[in-house]
Amino acid sequence: MKTSATMAGPETGTGPGGTNRLFAAGEYAGFSSHLHTYGPLAADQAAPGLIEELEFSGLTGRGGAAFPVWQKMAAVAAGHSAVVVANGAEGEPLSFKDQMLLQHAPHLVIDGLLAAAAAVRATRLYLYTGEAGLAPVRRAVAERSDARKIRLVQAPDTFVAGEASTVVNAIRTGTALPLDRTQRLSETGLRGRPTLVHNVETLAHIGLIARFGADWFRSAGTGRDPGTRLVSVSGDVAVATVLEVPGDAPVEDILLAAGTEPASLSAVLAGGYHGQWTGPSGANLSASGPEPQTIRPGAGVLFAVGRHHCGLAATAQIMRYLASQSAGQCGPCRFGLPALATAWEQLAAGEGSPRLLPELQRLGLLTAGRGACHHPDGTVRMAASALELFAPDVRLHLAGRCNRQEAAS
Amino acid sequence: MSRTNLHIDWTRCDGRGLCTELLPDLLVRDDWGYPLAADPSLDDKSNIPLGRDDEPAAAEAAALCPRLALAVRRRRP
Repeated sequence: MKTSATMAGPETGTGPGGTNRLFAAGEYAGFSSHLHTYGPLAADQAAPGLIEELEFSGLTGRGGAAFPVWQKMAAVAAGHSAVVVANGAEGEPLSFKDQMLLQHAPHLVIDGLLAAAAAVRATRLYLYTGEAGLAPVRRAVAERSDARKIRLVQAPDTFVAGEASTVVNAIRTGTALPLDRTQRLSETGLRGRPTLVHNVETLAHIGLIARFGADWFRSAGTGRDPGTRLVSVSGDVAVATVLEVPGDAPVEDILLAAGTEPASLSAVLAGGYHGQWTGPSGANLSASGPEPQTIRPGAGVLFAVGRHHCGLAATAQIMRYLASQSAGQCGPCRFGLPALATAWEQLAAGEGSPRLLPELQRLGLLTAGRGACHHPDGTVRMAASALELFAPDVRLHLAGRCNRQEAAS
Repeated sequence: MSRTNLHIDWTRCDGRGLCTELLPDLLVRDDWGYPLAADPSLDDKSNIPLGRDDEPAAAEAAALCPRLALAVRRRRP
């Protein structure tokens, strides 16, 4: 990460130029370099009209679901005594952008949290993140006088820790398990109050839009995917890295920026373990747009698989991990995911029978949509995209062969 | 068609199977004994639409579920 030389500075009232926005204040930015780079932000003054500005900005949630940010806020603002939670529980093992953001730009996240809270007239503010994220946030909170009201809550290191109902449950009871949801959190969340849960990167963008406006935000990215986003790039790459990229960026451009030749890869998992497998070129990472020309960024993840690695073996490993991360509350997830993982391991090992594919299909239908949270659904969707992208490998594996080096033993 | 659903709280359900006996037209049991919507075309497998005739039996199943995992709820608009 390098500090920005392109920023315009607060005197001009315009935000950082280019796509180096969130980290423009430099590494481990303290409050003074934060203020020097972006200028001050008074949450109360930023609040009037903020939701409308966010609507014009087109900002979507950066935690995975890419829901329009203003819509969630408008729903919460309609109620009383709202709660706002900055969600930095990065349970996705392929994602490390939120931790990097809290390390280097905690003040931007705090700005966004305070502005969003003022806009929905919230009376309770929380920041929920893992142990590693809490330390820089604690330091940042101590540097300023307006952030003492933020309550810091430690998130456990589990896959489902960041799921919205889990976040509310963890803050309320200390138990980080998903809740059976029959009403929206924006209507009745923490202790029955309207609750807004935004990813920390989403809040950092709000902190910038509150200063520089929607037009500035939209000066990066495209109409269907405005602004910038952080992407964690890992797997068969030279160095795992976090990049801030414009919305709607071609996947191959992001790989090249990460120092990886797309032609050296056979596939990319976009979005994270609940994401979608795609080729290393030919698609743009965008919150909206037709498939297969665009692919959803999810939590902002690109996981690269080199030509010498078997995508089915990689998927089987991910399936076993995701089965282990079932909270165990919901039967179809608790039993369905391990059964799916076992079938995937058979496929990866080339032990398949002709019945394996129909069985994968059947188990997927039994598991998806039958849980309190979307863990089973996201897992089944990712697996289905693997069968589609790796169809030639599937045929070979069912015949007991694999043309990748790291095949079945 | 009435405007209610049978909601399954998967965090409570233990797969005892009483509901599948009381509502054989609506629910079957999956590989592990958990209730599965008999209609495979349903998008929402946790909220099963009830016909007016289903409502009394569904209410009884909800009342008798030993895990209190079922509820008859008004459908969301």
